[in-house]
Amino acid sequence: MKKLSISKGTRSDLLTCAGVILAFVVVSALKANGGLNRSQAGMLVPVCCYIVMAVSLNLTVGILGDLSLGHAGFMSVGAFTGIITAMSLAEKIPSAPLRLALAMVVGAVFAAVIGFLIGIPVLRLSGDYLAIVTLAFGEIIKELITCLLVGVDERGLHVIFNFNGSRNANDLNLGAAGRVIVKGAQGATGTQTIATFTAGFILIMITLVVVQNLIRSRQGRAIMAVRDNRIAAEAVGISVTRYKMMAFVTSAALAGAAGALFGLNYSNLAATKFDFNTSILVLVFVVLGGLGNIRGSIIATVVLYILPEALRGFANYRMLIYAVVLIVVMLTTNNPVIKSYRDQWQQKLRREKGREANAA
Amino acid sequence: MKFLAYLVSGISLGSIYAIIALGYTMVYGIAKMLNFAHGDVIMVGGYVSFLAASNLGLPPLVSVLIAMCVCTLLGIVIEALAYRPLRSAPKLAVLITAIGVSYLLQNTALLTFGANPKAYTPVVSGTLQLFDGQLSISYISLLTVACCIVIMIALTLFTAKTRMGKAMRACSEDKGAAQLMGINVNRTISLTFAIGSALAAVAGALLCSFSPTLMPTTGSMPGIKAFTAAVFGGIGSIPGAFLGGILLGVIEALAKAYISTQLSNSIVFAVLIIILLVRPAGLLGKHTQEKV
Repeated sequence: MKKLSISKGTRSDLLTCAGVILAFVVVSALKANGGLNRSQAGMLVPVCCYIVMAVSLNLTVGILGDLSLGHAGFMSVGAFTGIITAMSLAEKIPSAPLRLALAMVVGAVFAAVIGFLIGIPVLRLSGDYLAIVTLAFGEIIKELITCLLVGVDERGLHVIFNFNGSRNANDLNLGAAGRVIVKGAQGATGTQTIATFTAGFILIMITLVVVQNLIRSRQGRAIMAVRDNRIAAEAVGISVTRYKMMAFVTSAALAGAAGALFGLNYSNLAATKFDFNTSILVLVFVVLGGLGNIRGSIIATVVLYILPEALRGFANYRMLIYAVVLIVVMLTTNNPVIKSYRDQWQQKLRREKGREANAA
Repeated sequence: MKFLAYLVSGISLGSIYAIIALGYTMVYGIAKMLNFAHGDVIMVGGYVSFLAASNLGLPPLVSVLIAMCVCTLLGIVIEALAYRPLRSAPKLAVLITAIGVSYLLQNTALLTFGANPKAYTPVVSGTLQLFDGQLSISYISLLTVACCIVIMIALTLFTAKTRMGKAMRACSEDKGAAQLMGINVNRTISLTFAIGSALAAVAGALLCSFSPTLMPTTGSMPGIKAFTAAVFGGIGSIPGAFLGGILLGVIEALAKAYISTQLSNSIVFAVLIIILLVRPAGLLGKHTQEKV
């Protein structure tokens, strides 16, 4: 019988998936037995959303190598299109899980379309210019959604933009059975919270399958070639724009799906939730987890999302501690002395492994 | 006449952006990093001058001078403790550290002064009436514009004529080569942060006089907008930061008046995106050819 050989990369990917499944099983068991208190149980869905956000941002920042500061914008697009989808189909599709799935798909599609449109100008730039333009787009999306008024009645969806502050929900001209879904600056109100932890887990698994397969595929290698040396990649015939767009749009779509799940977890949600600070929060998860390291992103998200909550006892000092942790981690991991020790240790480990392999 | 009033308020707002952008552009030019904490140094400047004026009863000018001294020191300390150890680290690590410093400053201010906005007393009060009272310009606007022009000219002369200015330009061009020529790179970068932070303190006092509420988050949006202004005018260029800041302020004021109050930031950012697509190096920036 031929021995099943699994490459090192695949083994690592499978390990990540196994870890996520294990964590899901343990947490679900805890939840079922009442091992989680209210606030801990309430964090489950947001953690799943932020994990998907971090993994998808890692695709842009770590694998594609472009710093994006507007990732929350895609989350916002996904959240509001998802909420509108789920709320307007409340009568037509009674099954909540099906509606949730549909909302996530719609959120992902809309975010992908917006990602494509934004990608056309953004991906022509590079470095800090690209960063500032993604930041700009994130803010533009936020302000546009703040102006958005959406309602639904028996005749269908009503959408108007309130550009100069003179219009309100009455201008939607809803019928008798109509209801307002998105109320401008107040955001989405009265949303049915149909998001579940299981849905979050499934979304994480889908994200892992998509991103890990993309990275290990021919396309993924092309994307990384563009990151490492754009000119060299272009010279060997890689279409830079095409692969950059592929990574950017995939990342946006996943963020959109995460946004839809996030949006359907809260009964009230304003567009200002998805501001520049949220983009930064996710970027911090990615960088502390390690650029291009998917497993690192997941672990960093879980730890850093729970950290401020765990520090609740310190009340006012928690964000201060968070800031100090951020600076200290960055200073120590990039300290040349510590780095050289780590490299030496890794080399030693590798040498021992090689010796074992030779002995066998 | 209304248009003129909007234009004047735009120019004075733009002058504040320009002062912040001048500091930003110098720091970026030499350290090549997005200093997200810059906006929070503005906030610190605002608080220090507020405390000096209201608690110690010092005259406005003295309080601004004290704020400048404190912020200069703060800038040097931040650079030495947080950014200098990361000089050779990847860019993103420095960016995250800057974000950490920004959080640290904001939360320290939150703990010390509380979240409630403080009512800032303007540095100068009163308005100038023109055309039989049809156009009124506050003295603070005039002061802001004057400050901005003086600072711009002083910085241009400083970088062009003095030895330290020359050292700065050399460091921003090539740090390694500058060091070989006997320039103390660390001291030059410290000096740049000191100047940038002192300007941030001035901007803080002016900003709070302009819209007299002071909160721990006061500095973040002006900080981002000033960076936008610096990119707009061509990052690293002093006249560019000035031009970018003024244009940004005018666009914002006119957009608020004639198009939409809600979307004024969006319009500013949209203009930035268009400019960057047409002129990727900004209005007055140098376009560098990519070498293979």
